[in-house]
Amino acid sequence: MKTFLTTTALVALALPAMAEIKIGASISATGPAAFLGDPELKTLEMLVEDLNAKGGLNGEEVVLVAYDDNGDPNKARTFATRLVEDDEVVAIIGGTTTGTTMSILAVTEDAEIPFISLAGAIDIIQPVKPFTFKTPHTDRMACQKIFEDMQKNGISKIGMISGTDGFGASMQAQCKEVAPDYAIEIIADETYDPKDADMTAQLTKIKGTEGVQAILNPGFGQGPSIVTRNVKQLAIDLPFYQSHGVASDGFIELAGADASEGVRLPGTALLVADLLAADDPQKPVVDAYKAMFEEKTGTPVGTFGGYAHDAFLIMTDAITRAGSAEPAAIRDAIEATSGLAGTTGIYTFTPEDHLGLDLSAFRMLEIQGGKWTLVQ
Amino acid sequence: MRLTPKSATLLALVVLIALAPVFFPSGFYYRVGALIFVNALAVTGIVILTGWAGQISLGHAGFAGIGAYACALAPVHWGIHPALAVLLGAAVSAVLAWLVGRPILRLKGYYLAVASLGMGILISMVLNNERELTRGPDGIEVPELGLRAVLKDAGLDLSNGQFWYFFCGIVLILGAWLALNLRDSATGRALRALHGSEVAARTVGMDVAKLKLQAFVISAVYASVSGSLLALQNKFITPDVAGFMHSVEMVTMAVLGGVGSVAGAIFGAAVLTLLPQVLTVFAEYEQLVLGLVMVLVMIFLREGVVPSILRKIRGSGE
Repeated sequence: MKTFLTTTALVALALPAMAEIKIGASISATGPAAFLGDPELKTLEMLVEDLNAKGGLNGEEVVLVAYDDNGDPNKARTFATRLVEDDEVVAIIGGTTTGTTMSILAVTEDAEIPFISLAGAIDIIQPVKPFTFKTPHTDRMACQKIFEDMQKNGISKIGMISGTDGFGASMQAQCKEVAPDYAIEIIADETYDPKDADMTAQLTKIKGTEGVQAILNPGFGQGPSIVTRNVKQLAIDLPFYQSHGVASDGFIELAGADASEGVRLPGTALLVADLLAADDPQKPVVDAYKAMFEEKTGTPVGTFGGYAHDAFLIMTDAITRAGSAEPAAIRDAIEATSGLAGTTGIYTFTPEDHLGLDLSAFRMLEIQGGKWTLVQ
Repeated sequence: MRLTPKSATLLALVVLIALAPVFFPSGFYYRVGALIFVNALAVTGIVILTGWAGQISLGHAGFAGIGAYACALAPVHWGIHPALAVLLGAAVSAVLAWLVGRPILRLKGYYLAVASLGMGILISMVLNNERELTRGPDGIEVPELGLRAVLKDAGLDLSNGQFWYFFCGIVLILGAWLALNLRDSATGRALRALHGSEVAARTVGMDVAKLKLQAFVISAVYASVSGSLLALQNKFITPDVAGFMHSVEMVTMAVLGGVGSVAGAIFGAAVLTLLPQVLTVFAEYEQLVLGLVMVLVMIFLREGVVPSILRKIRGSGE
């Protein structure tokens, strides 16, 4: 004990000037949502290191306290409590899935700590909760973007095949809700379990439905890759749309360049960094993140790490502008964020809008020859 | 006067729950405490079923799911107060356990493990897929119990963490008290006789199937109440609560602490709830450490930690 006290005293003497800003994170780095959480955590760690190397925030060192919640909402709530009560962080980033996010926000709203979520569902920010923000587009916006593109191509009757996981189920419901706005009729509506190894039965049914002009597949993980292969195997020659849930190079690898030829999906600027116009406002931030992440981890960037990047960007931007690391001041500054270019889109928050993105943040992408291309 | 094991267990439990907060460095520990109590309550049910009646269930998380979703759904859809929803969940769980257990428990052997496994998975699938009702895998909000506000008006202002710590603690003490009383009752003795030898129990005229069914129904109610407390406390619940892994976790906690002892159940729940919090620094090795702990306990403390240690203490005292 004595040694411990002495050491503490020495450390305190040695570093008296450097105060800390503690930012918490509860991320699903392992478990069923690991393919989302892993790049998110790596991104946050990388950015914090980089920021501190550049002198920190307002002259203070940023400390990231990150926990792995395994995608378990109960654990996420425990870690959120730990971050707030024990680690005394000033803000929290995290909530890889909608379930973990909803658990965390119950704690942060109670403790009045600003929280930026990395999950998709619209329920997170609607109705608006004062201390909760999020960076990914909602699944509703993905549906709108897809339907917009369908409408442009004269498609009015579609078949849907959705995963029954949280992502697929939520997007399926949202798409059904907004379809009438685009005069689109869903005449076949099939589902599959995310662990299924073959979806030809459902697809055959869609193929056999009279009048189907296009197929939409909300889902993430391996399911959509199998659906994509099955579509090819059944020689279904219809426009085929995927969701932003598979917007990463991993999808093309899994489905194969041949089967994924012509697949369209709404994605972020990050996937087509090389194709962005030189004067695109997102280009500098996208290029910088892509270069840093790929150098650091040796793996290609994906949309999900980008969500964490944007959350951290919004957070640090707000703390800089607030000039203080008080939770209330950070919250006010986040809400005042305007025209901040991230990898996902350009964020402008208002008291009524805690997502801060519009449809323009999505870009319609098409896979051609195993590469992402922009649909004009 | 010498304390009976029953009063000793209860006294130790009351003292621990009442005094532990003195040593809490921050409010976070109330949350961990409350989680331990919720898990310990479910595991106490497992002790009754597995430790005393000798039956194995691999679907108890299903009952926790029913308890949890009763608190989420009944207040919203039928305007039932959350406190009554806890009872409703327990009643539904009991009826379901009775329906599933009645045909199965007439058989000898491990049929209950298989049947309950299937039942647990079915419940979990219903919660995941009946999206109109349960809102699916993304989960659903759970209304506020409202007791904390009542206490505040009565002049007792507890933080959220403190309230749930003491509330779950009291429910656990009640649950342990009931279980320990059951153990010493005629039914409890019959259950343990049945565990010792089913043939012998049948020979002396016990209705073996009925006894096993009773134990299964009682343990289902424990699991259901624990699920309800978790839902009310988190104010948000997802179908994970009914997942297979949660069932396995309950059995693991019971086996670790000592499946024949209520004190062991609470100890097992405490260890397995605390470990992930202690191991955050090396989160990647969490599963490894858990597995290692289990293997070591199985090899060296075969009856579970608490009964083995108690035996050692008593043995050396003689």
